[in-house]
Order: sequence, then structure tokens, then C-alpha cells
Amino acid sequence: MKLHEFQAKNLLAQYGIIVPRGTLACSVDEAGQAAETFGGACVLKAQVHAGGRGKAGGVALAQTADQARDIARRLLHHRLVTVQTEEQGLPVNSLLVEELVPVARELYLSLTLDRSAGRYCLIASAEGGVDIEQTARQAPERVRRLNIDPLIGLRSFHARGIARFLGLKGQLGNAAVDLIAALYRCFLEKDASLLEINPLVVSEDGRLLAMDAKVSIDDSALFRQRDLAGWKDDSQYDPLEVRAARSEIAYIKMGGCIGCLVNGAGLAMATLDMLTECGGQPANFLDVGGSADQDKVVEAFRILLEDPHVTGVLVNIFGGIMRCDLIAESLIAAATATSSRLPIVVRMAGARRDEGRQLLENQADLNIIWQDGLAAAATAIVQQLSPTA
Amino acid sequence: MAILIDRRSRIVVQGLTGNSGRRHGLLCRDYGSQVVAGVTPGKGGTQIDGIPVFDTVAEAVETCAADVSMIFVPPSAAAEAILEASDAGIRLAVCITEGVPVRDMVLVNRALANNPMRLIGPNCPGLITPGQCKVGILPGDIHRPGSIGVVSRSGTLTYEAVQQLTDAGLGQSTCVGIGGDPIIGSSFIDILTLFNDDPDTHGVFLIGEIGGTAEEQAATWIRRHMRKPVAAYIAGMTAPPGKRMGHAGAIVSGGSGRAKDKVAALRDSGVRVAESPARMAAAMQSALEAAGLSSHDS
Repeated sequence: MKLHEFQAKNLLAQYGIIVPRGTLACSVDEAGQAAETFGGACVLKAQVHAGGRGKAGGVALAQTADQARDIARRLLHHRLVTVQTEEQGLPVNSLLVEELVPVARELYLSLTLDRSAGRYCLIASAEGGVDIEQTARQAPERVRRLNIDPLIGLRSFHARGIARFLGLKGQLGNAAVDLIAALYRCFLEKDASLLEINPLVVSEDGRLLAMDAKVSIDDSALFRQRDLAGWKDDSQYDPLEVRAARSEIAYIKMGGCIGCLVNGAGLAMATLDMLTECGGQPANFLDVGGSADQDKVVEAFRILLEDPHVTGVLVNIFGGIMRCDLIAESLIAAATATSSRLPIVVRMAGARRDEGRQLLENQADLNIIWQDGLAAAATAIVQQLSPTA
Repeated sequence: MAILIDRRSRIVVQGLTGNSGRRHGLLCRDYGSQVVAGVTPGKGGTQIDGIPVFDTVAEAVETCAADVSMIFVPPSAAAEAILEASDAGIRLAVCITEGVPVRDMVLVNRALANNPMRLIGPNCPGLITPGQCKVGILPGDIHRPGSIGVVSRSGTLTYEAVQQLTDAGLGQSTCVGIGGDPIIGSSFIDILTLFNDDPDTHGVFLIGEIGGTAEEQAATWIRRHMRKPVAAYIAGMTAPPGKRMGHAGAIVSGGSGRAKDKVAALRDSGVRVAESPARMAAAMQSALEAAGLSSHDS
């Protein structure tokens, strides 16, 4: 789960990390008032779940409160398209209005998971404000990675080594050690999966500040991070993805016209690959889960039919613990409930497949086409939708 | 022989009194596995369909000589359950639970680093040695005893592969679902090592997916150490970057974890990679033939 920049900074501030003074503005008036508190000179930052905001015009400087209002008018309640968003962009519902901080140096600091090591990893660089992966490729000696032994933790001596690598000495070095310790504590206590300060700046008046911050929380830990779970901003996700998540259905919109309903994440990915190989364009990834009951299958079906681009459906079920005849019953209920006349190609294998097939073939008034085998099913739905091909 | 489990394995189910634990504990027993005990703190002294329930894993080990644990507890209790199994002297723990926090798994894996217990999972379907023993939620009836080892990050996609292998006359020595999470107890390499040393395994089918670099690491290991033919399939060729595809670990991030890189790495190591999920068994047959082995069980 991603946090907005203002939420991330709020979190960091709770751990004693210095962030620029700022106010969240949800209207042009609020943006103007916030700017006035800084004497007019401020930076306005669009709050969206994507990087690349600066180049996309989502971060702008104002010298007066009127300028701040103009910027707010341009950004608020519009969609911002950056290199990291899809082409329709993300809605800007709020702006973070911050004081201007004169900057002496820009650095980089983050904590994340090193999957192959199975450990959390601190990444530091004296090159801040730029893409860290680019720095790592072009000047690997400018990036320091430190894998953390969870039994030992991130100690002061580790932090002093990082401060030295970043060229922070004296008071600034001490501030860096405190900041790194706070960052690690925050990371663990909040079950973060990413905590990135880019840039971490040394201000002209000699302070160490988190100028920008990116935080993601481990979705699996939200049951014990209830406060943070409440910070989720559904407006930053596709509405169908939000709806699916409520029923614990994994759904991702893909843009094509063939709706897919599959049990299991791996099989669902494989089904999309198969469909693409056969010349089809999947509308979605949908994993209905391993223990889907009838209500869940019906809801999954409704969700994929909500996508107006869907003109046909491919169902691929491998019955194991979940029996094919039960899925067939659910599919019939779903197709009936939605009174869908779209072609539905069904492929089932595994437990009670023949019983499932029997049930589906008895439904003459539904447009259900049975196919054996993955390749045959993918080919069949593609041909259904382009009969001339 | 096979790996990890066989008809002698004695299974304790942690969470036997819960819905899933009870259901799958009994299904494993129906398959022929020796399910000798259950553990649910506070329910010691009761029974589930004749299986004694204890308060602690240690009692199940002392009383029933359990050596394998199948874990069906809620995500919040999974780390505790795994560590308890290890403390009680369990040899193999199989954690089916989905949604275990990453922070818990980082700690668990560190604790198990110098520890004799092997962990499979979490977020996995478990494992099966066909005809002998099943520990997990896999459907037993699609498997046939044979000489192909299967190792996979997936659940139903593994069943798909196994069905194809069985239909093609290729039985399985052991099938292991290692799990779809970013941090798991046993890696591809851990299981490949066991298959490499198992005289009853003649070839291995590996099922990977987007996210992380476990397949690339496996490819490097295979090139250096593997003495048996390997075929593979990688799911997620068409997965959009930055999206988590169902499994917590299935995400392409920052140019890392792409399917095509995994396929290329495996091919560079001589692995036959199926172009399509419909041709997984065909890839296995082709790998066996290239190694001069029969492409179906006699």
C-alpha cells in the first residue's frame, strides 16, 4: 500500500525526522492561505501515487499567494500524467504546500527489502534528487548498500559509516546517525516495504531534512497497522480494482477486450500469456482465489463485465480443492444474474470436470462454449470475437 | 525414495481445529499420509476425527513422534508457529498460510539460518510424493508416482503442469510448491539440490513467475551443478510492470523480475523453457530426450 508524500512526511515527523513546514490544501483557497503563512514563497506538490511529478508539472514554485492560487487552480481536481502513471494519469485531490528551503546539498537514503538476501537493506548515495537505479548503473561507487541482520539491527556504527560515506561530519554527522536510527525504527514499527528519502537535503542553515519521501506499507501487515490502513486513498486506484479488493479478489485491468476469470495467480498469469500468444488481448488479470464460494465467483464475474471494453470472457479453472462442478454452478448463477449474452469460453480441468461440463452444456440459453485444453480455449475465444479471422 | 516426505513421514497439523486445518488434515490422511497429531493452544486433550490434539508441538513430537508439521494458522500467528515447530525438533515445516507479514519472515528465515529444520512456504500449496504422502492442499488424484521432480512458486499452475506430465506418461517423484511470497523458507536452489541427489528423480520441471531473481539464481546454479535435465515454464510474460499479480512476490519493479530475463537466463543454462503453458509436458519430454532419457515412464 502506497502512502502519499504528505502522509509519508507525517510519519517521518512522528519519528523526529525533520521535514519542511507544510500544509495540505484541498482547495484553491486553502492553497492561497497556506502560501500566505509562508509569506507567499512556497512550493506546491500534487499528491498522487506516482513519481516523475516534477517533470510532469506536478510540482511548482510560487513567489506570491496569488501565484500559488493559480497553480492550485491548474492542478487541483485535474489528472496528472507522469512517466510512471498510465496514460489517463492520476487524480490530484490535494496539494502539499511547503516552505522553500535553501539547499546546500542533495543526498539519497532508503530502506527496502533485498529479496534474494532475505534481509532489509539500507541504500545511501551522495547523489540525491536523481533516479537511484540510474546512479547505481552509471556510478556504482557512489551508491552504498548495507544489508541488515535482523538479529543485530541497524546500529550506530553502521549509521556512522553511512554518514561518513555521505560526507556528513560533526553536527551533521550526528544528525545523520539519529536520522538513520529513526528511519529504521519507523520502517520496522510500521511494517514498511519501502521508505525512501530522495532527496535528503542539507539546508543552507545546516539542517538535515527529508525534502521528499516515498513510503509503502506491506499489505500483509495491514491487519496490525490499522491506523495506516485507514490512510489508503482509493482515488489513486482503478475503481474496479478497489471493488475487487473488498471481496479479496485479485483484479488488474489490462486494457484489452477479453475478460479473464481464473483460479490461482500463476495460472491466471499463464492464461494471459496464452491468450496473448493466440492473438487475443486480455481485458484483465483476475484470480478468484483458492476457496472461492458462489458469491465470490458471481462478484468476480460482475466485476469483469463492468469493464465496458469486455466483449467476451475466458474462464480457466483447475479444480483441485475447488471442484469444477461448484464453479460451473457459480458461473451459471453469475451469467444468469448479469443476464450476459457475451460469449463465454470455459475450460476446466481437474476435480469433477465432467460433472462441471455436464452442468454447463445443459444451459442452452447461455452463450457458453466448452473447450478442452488451454490452447484450444484461448484460440476459441479469440475466434469468437473476430469470426472473419 | 523421493525427497522430503514419504510414507514414513509423521505429520502434526498446527491449526488442526480450524476450518482449513481440519479439512486438509483429513484430506491428507485420506490420501495415505500419516497424520498423527494436531496442535491448537488451549485445545489440548481433544480430538479431531480420532487425531489427538495437543497444546504444544513439543507434546506432539514426544507423544506421537511427529517429524513433519503442516501449518494452517492465521497470518498473525504463522511466525510463532514456525519457530515453535523448529524449537520442538520438527524436521520439515510446511506453512500453507497466505499473507504472512514480510517482517515476520525476515526474522524467521534468520532464525532458521543455522537450524536443521527446513521450511517450505509460506503461501504455498505444500508438497506431495505421489502414492506415499501428501502435506498440503494439492489435489492428490492428478499425480502419479514416477521420476520427474516438480518445483514451483505457484499453486493451480503447478496442478496444470502435473496434469500434463501425468497425461504424457511422466509420473512424479515429488512435487514441491515453494510459495508465492517475496521471502520464503526454501528456494528453487534448495529443492533442486535435493532433486539432484535423489536417485529416483531423473529430470526436473521448474515453474517460475515474475518478481525477484530466484529463477536467475536457479539458472546459474543449474549451469554449475545440475546433473539432470531441467525444463521450465515462466508465467507473466505479458504482466504489466509495477502491478502485483495476485501473489505478494509477483511484481516487476524497477526493471527487475521480468519474465523474459528469467527465460533467457534459464535457456543460457541449457534449460528447455516452454513457450506456452499448454506445452509444459512437451518441454519436459524434449529435455529428457536431449539427455538420452526416455520421455515417458516404462
